[in-house]
Amino acid sequence: MRQLVKLRRLVRPYWWHIVGALAALVVVTATQLAIPRIIEDVIDIGLAQGEIRFMIQAAGVILGIGLLRAIFAFVQRYLSEYVSMKVAYDLRNWLFNHIQHLSFTYHDRASTGQLMSRCTEDVGAIQRFLGFGAVELSQALFMAIGAMGLMLTSSPRLALIAIIPILPLVLLTTSFGGRVSKMFYDVDWALGSLSSRLQENAAGAQVVRAFAREPYEVSRFARVNRKLFDARIHVISEWSKVMPTSHLLISLSTILILFFGGRMVLNDEITVGQLVAFNSYLLLLANPVQQLTWLVNAAGEAAAGAQRAFEVLDRPSEIQSAPEAVETEALKGLVEFKDVHFTYEGEQIPALSDINIAAEPNQVVALIGPTGSGKTSLVNLIPRFYDVSSGAVLVDGQDIRSIDVQVLRRQIGIVLQSSLLFSATIRENIALGRPDADEEQILAAARAAEAHEFILNTADGYDTVVGERGVTLSGGQRQRIAIARALLIDPSILILDDSTSSVDMETEHLIQKALDELMRGRTTFVIAQRLSTVRNADQILVMDQGRIIERGQHEALLEKRGLYKEIYDLQLAEQEQFRETIAQLEKN
Amino acid sequence: MSTQEITPPEYYLRDDEQRQGYDSGVLRDLLAFMRPYQRQFIFSFILMTIGTVSVVAGPFLVKVAIDDGITQNDPVALRNAVLLYLLAILVQWLVTYIRINIMARAGQSIIYDMRDRLFNHIQKLSLGFFSRYSVGRLIARVINDVSSIRDFVTWSVIASARNLFTLVGTLIAMLALNLQLSLYTFTVLPLIMLATYIFRNRIREVYRRVRIGNSWVNSVLAENINGVRVVQAFTREDYNYERFSQEVNQYHLQNNLKSASLISTFFPTVDMIGSLAVALVVWLGGAAVLGADITPGVLVAFVLYIERFFNPIQDLSRRYDQLQVTLTGGERVLELLRTDVEVADDDTAVELPRINGDVHFEDVSFHYSDDPDTVVLQDIELKAERGQTIALVGQTGAGKSTLIKLLSRFHDPTQGRVCIDGFDLRSVTQASLRSQMGIVLQEPFLFSGTVQENIQFGRLDASLQEVEAAAKAVGAHDFISKLRNGYETTVEEGGALLSEGQRQLISFARALLADPRILILDEATSSVDTQTEQLIQKALATLLEGRTSFVIAHRLSTIINADLIVVVDGGEIIERGTHEDLLQKRGAYFQLYSMGFKDRPETD
Repeated sequence: MRQLVKLRRLVRPYWWHIVGALAALVVVTATQLAIPRIIEDVIDIGLAQGEIRFMIQAAGVILGIGLLRAIFAFVQRYLSEYVSMKVAYDLRNWLFNHIQHLSFTYHDRASTGQLMSRCTEDVGAIQRFLGFGAVELSQALFMAIGAMGLMLTSSPRLALIAIIPILPLVLLTTSFGGRVSKMFYDVDWALGSLSSRLQENAAGAQVVRAFAREPYEVSRFARVNRKLFDARIHVISEWSKVMPTSHLLISLSTILILFFGGRMVLNDEITVGQLVAFNSYLLLLANPVQQLTWLVNAAGEAAAGAQRAFEVLDRPSEIQSAPEAVETEALKGLVEFKDVHFTYEGEQIPALSDINIAAEPNQVVALIGPTGSGKTSLVNLIPRFYDVSSGAVLVDGQDIRSIDVQVLRRQIGIVLQSSLLFSATIRENIALGRPDADEEQILAAARAAEAHEFILNTADGYDTVVGERGVTLSGGQRQRIAIARALLIDPSILILDDSTSSVDMETEHLIQKALDELMRGRTTFVIAQRLSTVRNADQILVMDQGRIIERGQHEALLEKRGLYKEIYDLQLAEQEQFRETIAQLEKN
Repeated sequence: MSTQEITPPEYYLRDDEQRQGYDSGVLRDLLAFMRPYQRQFIFSFILMTIGTVSVVAGPFLVKVAIDDGITQNDPVALRNAVLLYLLAILVQWLVTYIRINIMARAGQSIIYDMRDRLFNHIQKLSLGFFSRYSVGRLIARVINDVSSIRDFVTWSVIASARNLFTLVGTLIAMLALNLQLSLYTFTVLPLIMLATYIFRNRIREVYRRVRIGNSWVNSVLAENINGVRVVQAFTREDYNYERFSQEVNQYHLQNNLKSASLISTFFPTVDMIGSLAVALVVWLGGAAVLGADITPGVLVAFVLYIERFFNPIQDLSRRYDQLQVTLTGGERVLELLRTDVEVADDDTAVELPRINGDVHFEDVSFHYSDDPDTVVLQDIELKAERGQTIALVGQTGAGKSTLIKLLSRFHDPTQGRVCIDGFDLRSVTQASLRSQMGIVLQEPFLFSGTVQENIQFGRLDASLQEVEAAAKAVGAHDFISKLRNGYETTVEEGGALLSEGQRQLISFARALLADPRILILDEATSSVDTQTEQLIQKALATLLEGRTSFVIAHRLSTIINADLIVVVDGGEIIERGTHEDLLQKRGAYFQLYSMGFKDRPETD
């Protein structure tokens, strides 16, 4: 329940709406309580004394009160729905924004399914509670106060008899409330796992089929499905004990009134009308009280939802601009690493050690080394996707931690190994980093990236929708859109992560041309397996196990006869062979 | 709040086409899921009937207590009425408790079965399905739509029946108590019907937009969570936030508010009509009582019954809308269940015996079923003998991957046939075929689980020693041992903490462990460095002894030693032969590779 208190922050802007809804609710409750009072007089005065005019008057009053109630009920309902929907809207925005700003360190370990269910299921639970639950809860309270007040003034003795079964009811529902929140947390968790399993299975469909592992996957899914089943049954079996019992206790109260009240009427202590009114008050009370378990349920769900939502929201992003961060515009592109060490969170073995680099503006720095030697980790430090564990990364002589993160990243263009496109038009995908770019700039970027031709060949050209809900592009095509995307933001620093390994030679040739264009006049860090890309770099860094083990230019590195030479020879052999074959062919 | 109209992209609307009238088939098929739990349903109905009788009996017993006990001054009659009432509520308590337990269990079981069936079916669907049906939509079907069906089977069916029973019971009770007064009360019914009719007509479109809003919000969320790294790299956070809060989430809010205003009008209106009925009873009933027709007890009972009469009507109209939602969801779920399994085991399919390794593509052509005009493969005639390595080269999109997909029977050829050891692939079971094939794809895919589990995916019963041996063979052992928990290290979704090359090595180990008779490498080594590739090549050399393999690659080193190089272009084989043969030809192969080396360093 403590988590619900946190929601206060979200609710605060709608304080007046809530006050309005509660005020309307008071009126609604009062009009409901008025009816039994009128019926009491109808019986005692109208019927008993044969006052026909009184009856007609009473009918008119009932109608009037009905109208009043309808108006205020509308106000109350709409206002509380409004608040709940606005709060859900705000919370969803807040989550969306926060998740987008959470650092790579967080997303490395978070699962999409779980994050999704926080933004949908959990927000939904909170909305349901605020929209109905909280109102009903207040109504139960108002009704309890009003009905008790009226009963006490009518006959204190009968009123006390009536509340005897109400006390265990309160105990029952509150103890249920204590347990239910945890149970709902389990349900939500199971639901999140279920969608994660499904998502993974669909994404890895080909692997599953390739290894004929469908039965294995089915059993794994069944296990989570079973967990969800058990979690739900657990909630329902608890609820099934509490719900009918609360119903029973309320009815018991009616019976006590009927029996003892009936005898009081016989002894002329109260009138028939009073007895009937008592019965009606209890029925009015019964509705919200019977809902109490459901409400506690809803509150439990909302509390679990809030807890899970705040687990995300309370998690600060590790990467934040320092408060005094400077907004340097237009970087020159001098990039330095000074004694950088870096270890991923929760890992023991450092990913990078003793990294010292100085890349002058417009230089090309090539990184080469075996798989897992730390190349990608190194370049990920430049846009501050991660912060160094010790040492510093400097751009234009400033520690990047003192530069505004957004400003820094806007100056850095990145082309990743596998290029992700969003469900949007090709135009929007190219303009990803600069939504305000005009048509000419977009076309120019696409042309420079050798993408213009194939884009025109797609169904709707630049308006073709790609991504999950659109047409599928080949790896090479996606790559070129990614290059156009990087070109368009005109960065002063460029990071290329082995962007050509997965395409055929001809496409690679095209992409290479595009990249040469892209690299001109920018400080470039390029990760590549192929020496051809590396050969002309101003600096070559050979990496192994998180360290730079050799550095220099092509010629010098070859003379060192180290790892670089080894890699070079391996690839050279290929070319030698090619040349020899050609030479031989020539001879024949 | 801005009032401007926001329109979601057209492709979000497609999923929620307005239902054209009732398709009784959908309801029937949904009911089929309930059939195994027929007994539970029948039992629940019986319990519910008993429960309803005790609910309807309440006001009547109050009337008896007043008229026979109190007014007649008869303590015994009062006591008897009260005891009967007590009995009624005890019965109700017991009956409700049992019913909820039975129904909840049945309902959850139905949902469990349904998700199980869906998942099982999805496993049988061909890969083409996954390129058409996004992961997000799949989740919406299996999670959200099934949940809406759950509410339907668990609560709506029983609750609607209970409402109907209560309605009928109340009607009978009222008519029995006083015919004249009942008929006067029923004059408000047309008003209720009118209000319900208007409400339903107006809410339908709003509900549709609410659902579209939901699916829009969900997909945009999913995409931005998945692509968060790119979003941050391009500093799109603020722009995306603006778009999300001002369009997607705003659309969602606007339509929810519209539904709220309709609902907030409808329920108080019905309530108002209820007050009208009570006023009528008091007015006319009062007159009747004065005419000595009815007693105070009858009047009280009537006021009590009116409430029991209006609640079910409100509830039923609400459930009717829910039924619409359920049917739309149910239809989509059933549609998914009915999706044709393009590649299915034949009834007469036999187990493929241990593969020797002779592969024959006999005049194979292929096009996708939904796109017959685009020929993907045309008249492919290709033979591979046991132990041979066949390299497939050609431009992206030439049809190389499709060719090997036919070999693993991810698709069936539209013409011709693919045979292994003389067995047409369509005549053998998929499981027996695929369990003898190893495939390493260009983009390695790791499941969440430990490294060991991911390698064991190749052979579930492999021991840790065997897993380690496989990892050692492909050179993955070293980096795995250095991970936090070695082979026990949990790989996160998408394997974010491992480099692309490392993930590829794990998937190589996986294929190796499977000990396949035929190995397929689809650009498997393009993301690993040259040294690692050498290592893998060496491991493969031993592995490939006596096994047939198909290799798609762009790197010369991978292709050069193949027994047969096949150049594919536009879905056809345009050249074939060994490396030397093809270079000599100076054809497409020669072109492809000279192009690759054109801008390369000169050998100094």
